[in-house]
Amino acid sequence: MNSTSTHFVPPRRVGIYEPVHQFGMWGESFKSNIGNGNMNTPSHIVIPANNQKLDNNLSEETSHGTAGTPHMFDQEASTSRNPDKIQRRLAQNREAARKSRLRKKAYVQQLETSRLKLIQLEQELDRARQQGFYVGNGIETNSLGFSESMNPGIAAFEMEYGHWVEEQNRQICELRTVLHGHINDVELCLLVETAMKHYFELFKMKSTAAKADVFFVMSGMWKTSAERFFLWIGGFRPSDLLKVLLPHFDILTDQQILDVCNLRQSCQQAEDALSQGMEKLQHTLADCVAGGQLGEGSYIPQVNSAMDRLEALVSFVNQADHLRHETLQQMYRILTTRQAARGLLALGEYFQRLRALSSSWATRHREPT
Amino acid sequence: MDKVMRMSSERGVVIFSKSSCCLSYAVQVLFQDLGVNPKIHEIDKDPECREIEKALMRLGCSKPVPAVFIGGKLVGSTNEVMSMHLSSSLVPLVKPYLC
Repeated sequence: MNSTSTHFVPPRRVGIYEPVHQFGMWGESFKSNIGNGNMNTPSHIVIPANNQKLDNNLSEETSHGTAGTPHMFDQEASTSRNPDKIQRRLAQNREAARKSRLRKKAYVQQLETSRLKLIQLEQELDRARQQGFYVGNGIETNSLGFSESMNPGIAAFEMEYGHWVEEQNRQICELRTVLHGHINDVELCLLVETAMKHYFELFKMKSTAAKADVFFVMSGMWKTSAERFFLWIGGFRPSDLLKVLLPHFDILTDQQILDVCNLRQSCQQAEDALSQGMEKLQHTLADCVAGGQLGEGSYIPQVNSAMDRLEALVSFVNQADHLRHETLQQMYRILTTRQAARGLLALGEYFQRLRALSSSWATRHREPT
Repeated sequence: MDKVMRMSSERGVVIFSKSSCCLSYAVQVLFQDLGVNPKIHEIDKDPECREIEKALMRLGCSKPVPAVFIGGKLVGSTNEVMSMHLSSSLVPLVKPYLC
């Protein structure tokens, strides 16, 4: 009779239900009955082997039972002899195929949703980067092509800058350690010179990047948000550098005090001169862009002269970095080795704190109020 | 070349510039800040602009403008002026020419 306890699952069916490898992918879509007789299922569609199979078989067998056929357990054997069985088998096949198509459709829809989610996440990641989280380089985001199209020169710069910051952090750690311990002047001098060269290396990188996209360098988008707040022509203000360093030198000779005073003044004057040059550049560019009649749609001649003016921007960025370079160089000249080491430590920590502030601020923004 | 030498000696501090060059303007502002009144030659307004440019390049400037002469001698471009100023060697040089 319909003895479910002696439920016999024909070996052929068991063979069809593959081991559960990619089960996770199929998830809830396939909770609905799997059905049996999936001989027509293409091999690449994996059907999860779960207990439902048995239940389904159970219900099928039961329904067979309720349909009144006494041949519960020998369907395959009796197919060739019974036309009804053939029909039923065909119907089951059609049903299986239909379900298979539905599963495939659901799977594809899942893929589409995942793809959109991935794009969304990548965009969020981009936004987070711009808000100040440093989340690695931007090259991965290009893989789906949904980030802003990146200039390869800029992509390379961003990657190199990431490495630069890592190396900077390492150097700061080292300086801190040696200054608390004992180190002879010769070794300390070497550390100081390495740290100086590291800054100069950054200026070289920026010069190359400015040729690739000067607006990018000017925007400071490669820095964290708090650093950007203090941005002056694509970097930190040389006069800010002096403001950060000077409180850390308590014992200065008279000559040093005089030299430092002169440096502060000349640095400020040079900065002001460049700032005024930049203002003039802005005015002339604005005049150039606004030249001729607006609203006439004929911008071509102005574009060329505007482009010429923009070339000057590269010179300004280079000049600003030159000023930073010279300021660092002069401080190095004025100070003793040990003082220079403390100064570089202070400067490095200052930028580290700005970066940390950016992260804190960005996180604070997202906390629920 | 002679013209350039003549022009560069017209005053204590002479700056060869172009009306469109904002870096030249920055250099001019710096000298004014130091109390000097430099003579500005906007070479793009000069009919012999190309010759002047060539002469300046021949004298050793990587870019024709800005070219700064102090006491008739070529000091250099923006880079040199900035470096000198930060190393405190510019002020002594312009001292005789303060207004």
